[in-house]
Amino acid sequence: MWQTIEQMAPYAVGYTIPILAAALGGLFSERSGIINIGLEGLMVVGSFVGGISVYYFGPSMGNLRAAWLGILLAMAAGILFSVLHAFASINLGANQTISGTAINLLAGALVLYISRRFVGTGNIVVNSMTRVDIPLGKDIPIIGSLFLTDTYPTTWFVLAILLIGWYVIEKTPFGLRLRACGEYPEAADAAGINVARIRYAGVLISGALAGLGGAIYTVTTAGQSNGSVDGLGFLALAGLIFGQWRTFRVLAAMLFFGFAVTLAQISMLLPSFASIPPLALKVFPYVVTLLALVVFSKSSQAPRAEGREFAYKKN
Amino acid sequence: MVSICAILLGFVAGAVLMMTSSSNPLSGFMYLFQGGLKGVSRFCNTLAYAVPLMLTGLSVSFAFQTGLFNIGAPGQMLIGGIFATSLALTLDMPRVVMLAIVISAAIAGGTLWGAIPGLLKAKFNVNEVVSGIMLNWIAYWIVYITISDNFKSATIDTESQAIPGAASLREPFLTRLTGGSNLNLGILIALIATALVVFILAKTVMGYEMKAVGFNSSAAEYGGINVAKNAILAMAISGALSGLAGLTFYMGYSNNMRIGIMPSQGFDGIAVALLANSNPIGVLLSAFFFAILQTGKGFMNAMMPIPPEIADTIIAVIIYFAAASKLIEINMDRIKGFVLRRMGKAKAKKGGQ
Amino acid sequence: MEEYVVEMRDIVKSFGSLRANDNISLRLRKGEILALLGENGAGKSTLMSILFGLYKADSGSIFVRGSKVRITSPNVANELGIGMVHQHFKLVHNFTVTENIVLGLEPQKGISMNLKGAAERIRTLSQKYGLDVDPNAKIENISVGMQQRVEILKMLYRNADVLIFDEPTAVLTPMEIRELIAIMRGLISEGKSIILITHKLGEIKEVADYCTIIRRGKLVDTVKVSDATQQKMAEMMVGHEISFVIDKKEREPGPPVLTVENLSVKNTQGSLGLTDFSLTVHSGEIVGIAGVDGNGQSELVEAVTGLCRSEKGSITINGQDITRASIAQRIHKGISHIPEDRQKRGLVPDYTIEENMILEVYGQPPFSKHGLLNKKEIRAYARKIVDDFDVRSSAGVLSKAGTLSGGNQQKAIIGRELQKQPDLLIAVQPTRGLDVGSIEYIHKRIVEQRDAGKAVLLVSLELDEVLQLSDRIVAINAGRITGEILAKDADENQVGLMMAGVRGKGNPQS
Repeated sequence: MWQTIEQMAPYAVGYTIPILAAALGGLFSERSGIINIGLEGLMVVGSFVGGISVYYFGPSMGNLRAAWLGILLAMAAGILFSVLHAFASINLGANQTISGTAINLLAGALVLYISRRFVGTGNIVVNSMTRVDIPLGKDIPIIGSLFLTDTYPTTWFVLAILLIGWYVIEKTPFGLRLRACGEYPEAADAAGINVARIRYAGVLISGALAGLGGAIYTVTTAGQSNGSVDGLGFLALAGLIFGQWRTFRVLAAMLFFGFAVTLAQISMLLPSFASIPPLALKVFPYVVTLLALVVFSKSSQAPRAEGREFAYKKN
Repeated sequence: MVSICAILLGFVAGAVLMMTSSSNPLSGFMYLFQGGLKGVSRFCNTLAYAVPLMLTGLSVSFAFQTGLFNIGAPGQMLIGGIFATSLALTLDMPRVVMLAIVISAAIAGGTLWGAIPGLLKAKFNVNEVVSGIMLNWIAYWIVYITISDNFKSATIDTESQAIPGAASLREPFLTRLTGGSNLNLGILIALIATALVVFILAKTVMGYEMKAVGFNSSAAEYGGINVAKNAILAMAISGALSGLAGLTFYMGYSNNMRIGIMPSQGFDGIAVALLANSNPIGVLLSAFFFAILQTGKGFMNAMMPIPPEIADTIIAVIIYFAAASKLIEINMDRIKGFVLRRMGKAKAKKGGQ
Repeated sequence: MEEYVVEMRDIVKSFGSLRANDNISLRLRKGEILALLGENGAGKSTLMSILFGLYKADSGSIFVRGSKVRITSPNVANELGIGMVHQHFKLVHNFTVTENIVLGLEPQKGISMNLKGAAERIRTLSQKYGLDVDPNAKIENISVGMQQRVEILKMLYRNADVLIFDEPTAVLTPMEIRELIAIMRGLISEGKSIILITHKLGEIKEVADYCTIIRRGKLVDTVKVSDATQQKMAEMMVGHEISFVIDKKEREPGPPVLTVENLSVKNTQGSLGLTDFSLTVHSGEIVGIAGVDGNGQSELVEAVTGLCRSEKGSITINGQDITRASIAQRIHKGISHIPEDRQKRGLVPDYTIEENMILEVYGQPPFSKHGLLNKKEIRAYARKIVDDFDVRSSAGVLSKAGTLSGGNQQKAIIGRELQKQPDLLIAVQPTRGLDVGSIEYIHKRIVEQRDAGKAVLLVSLELDEVLQLSDRIVAINAGRITGEILAKDADENQVGLMMAGVRGKGNPQS
């Protein structure tokens, strides 16, 4: 049993980190008051940019460098794409759920279009990043063998972002203002804060982080970009609800989902799971998500102003 | 008005994309429309393709009218489809009986899969978009495994066996009449469903309650309306409509179910509903329009190096602008004012002569 | 010529075709309390929002301490020393007092915020002005009166010299109002100047030096308060003579219609909002619930109408127990409810008037049969209500309810509720936000119900309304009855004490 978990850990973390990045992005957006259903589409954009970077630049600068370049470009692409959502939600007062859905559909279609046009196929295969062990750390009992061996470098990148993100939200003036915009923007407005600008920041950050998540997914776990991230963006959203919009709880939720998805993927190979019907294993992550939602949605601590109309005054 | 602008903007986006493929947008669109409309056979194919879109469009717009977003239409299509397909491939009865059975099965499957998000929302406040997506994937795998294990075609691994003629919505008479197109009895189902939806929403107590809940659930509750019951009922009906869409697609337009594909008509239904502003008649027209895009893209792709995903891209852009309709409305007034002033000036000039 | 600390000249502001401010001028001297008097919708809040930088005037000029200024945002107003205590507090519920006060002006230590230092400064300010506020408390845990003091602290933290109070006493008990007046006097003695937006004449007489009266966007006059009577100011506010007294004859109440026994109801936070509450309303009687907002009135009304469940106790209508009945069943038993929030509960804004008029009765004949609606009957019914209750709209019964003015929406709701000939009418804040003409009309109809033998339960936050309309007054505080008295024996002070929780004589539960 323990060995199984040990073997699963790198894969589980491999799933956790992309959705964690996306969820962090969603956190910034939603706590500023804008619902972002479009995380899935933003991840797709990131996944594509990451994949195509390795495809084009890999031969010249080596796969590893190309992957990191792809990750940075993916963040930029995510920011650009999320402007669409920000503009529709903030300037045009559109229904945020529909705007987010449009982003998802657009991303999926556009990515395949460009992919076919310029690469010739919708499916770009890349070599995954190599995994490393953390020196010294790997000898720590339990945690060492679970999380500090066989890790992707990108994992640590995202965890660093997690800590920075937590600090920004809870401890800085920007974070205070962001949270005010998400709970009761009228208070921020009366304090002379430009609510629209803060919300733009929230959405653009979500674009960057979701794009990051998608790129990491492609260059580590998935090994390909095919125009879809199989619902991971929605898992990230569910994780926000599961984690009640608090940074570290979201981390725990995403870890949980990471293990659930991994279980579904590799379980068919493990003898101990042979007796469980394959259908149950395949749908396990989705069912688990539903159950988590049922338990956690009722007493929701969602940012109160989320999705609510607000009159952005332009004196 | 808003819809037309959204469509135009979608085409502009499409034109830009076509140019990046080093193609002339005008030829691109010409082939697109030709592929969809030229000739009886193509026209009827487009019509047949539009049928599932009409039903998912009705489904999504029905949910919208009651304040809910049914993004689970693909899952409902799949479950409605698998219920119907399983029975079609297992039972052997006279045609009329088979048709009754598969229609009921599709409705049952769709209703079930639609009621679940409704129930979760009403009782547990679960966001129906996230639950809908989860159910889409669960349905995807249910179909995948059920067909792989039980109904796999002898020749192709990713398809189910062909649907026997008795159960299929295909009517040889129709097929011959329309030059070998896919037009089938589904069109009747779509028209009847539209009429029913119009009737329910406009004339019945049930429709009154559902719309009230959709517009202002607090006031509806105050008036004694059972909000939870109506939310679930609305999603159930919405699911039933998408279940029927699955029937018309898998057993009308096609002749089997393919696994490993999430039916795009489910998501296109959102575009159809938004474009039609949830008006049932508008849904019929809107569905036909989107069908043209989807059936024409193959022909266009054959004639020019434009990837077929352009159709989905155009559709997504249209949804985006339809959602952002406020911008168009705001500028509508400006445009109107501008036009009226110009006309006023012209009149004054004439009068002064 | 004395210098004015604030002067607004010829301010004009329109919203579309509505002229909210039509050439209004206003002057405030240092150390003075200026009252800004006007009916709901007269333009007072708009004018002050311009002064505070939330809106920009179309034309006109503002002078602060003699120099012309352009106030483009609340930040600019703050820098000029102008601060505003809003009617609807601009406080974030799950932030602390300190976080709310520093929002927008956060003190920094490196990249992070220095909240400890800010809390200290707030504590000092709080003591200096006698405000007694805990900097580390969370807003959702403190009382409304204290929340208001946080709003005041916000202004003092930003060194405001000119303080604008927007209808500050609407949410306070009579005792808290006296405390607020003392605080205001303290601020004046420290050199501040105050503009008080209000429609309460008694308070103006008590605390203001001057009073500027606005009617329908136009300036009527500015008077010295010591030279003017309440009657005179009221007439200037309304534009014609008004009588303060409602024409109501004595009447013997009949048998009980509504009986509430030992009712306990949970509030939205999960604790008991209403505890062991017992009440009887007889036919031909108006019982008024007097209390400050948030003391259990909402829980009482929601439990009786069925909008929420009760934890314990019983509710009976005409002898029938309805404690566990559904809302629809209670409507059938003859309960009508004029809700507190007409936008949220009272109407479906996207439905037409006729669709709204059948909101409770759509399922009954003749409005529907076998699940199908009978449009003809519905239209006739709606037309009758609109005629009887003088509901004005652009397209008659086919107008969307959301397009009606507040007063007409309220009349439509009242028409709908009264047309059902209920045995029990529950009226919550029936005249909130309405002009004097509509108020008079609605009061008249409510008294008519009572004269016709119906039972009326009136919940109002305006003590005057409760005193004038009720036959019997029940005071509520912290979810319990704190006093019961016949209206003809009651006076404002007595009831005020009861509302504040001081158990008074005539109280059957002491």
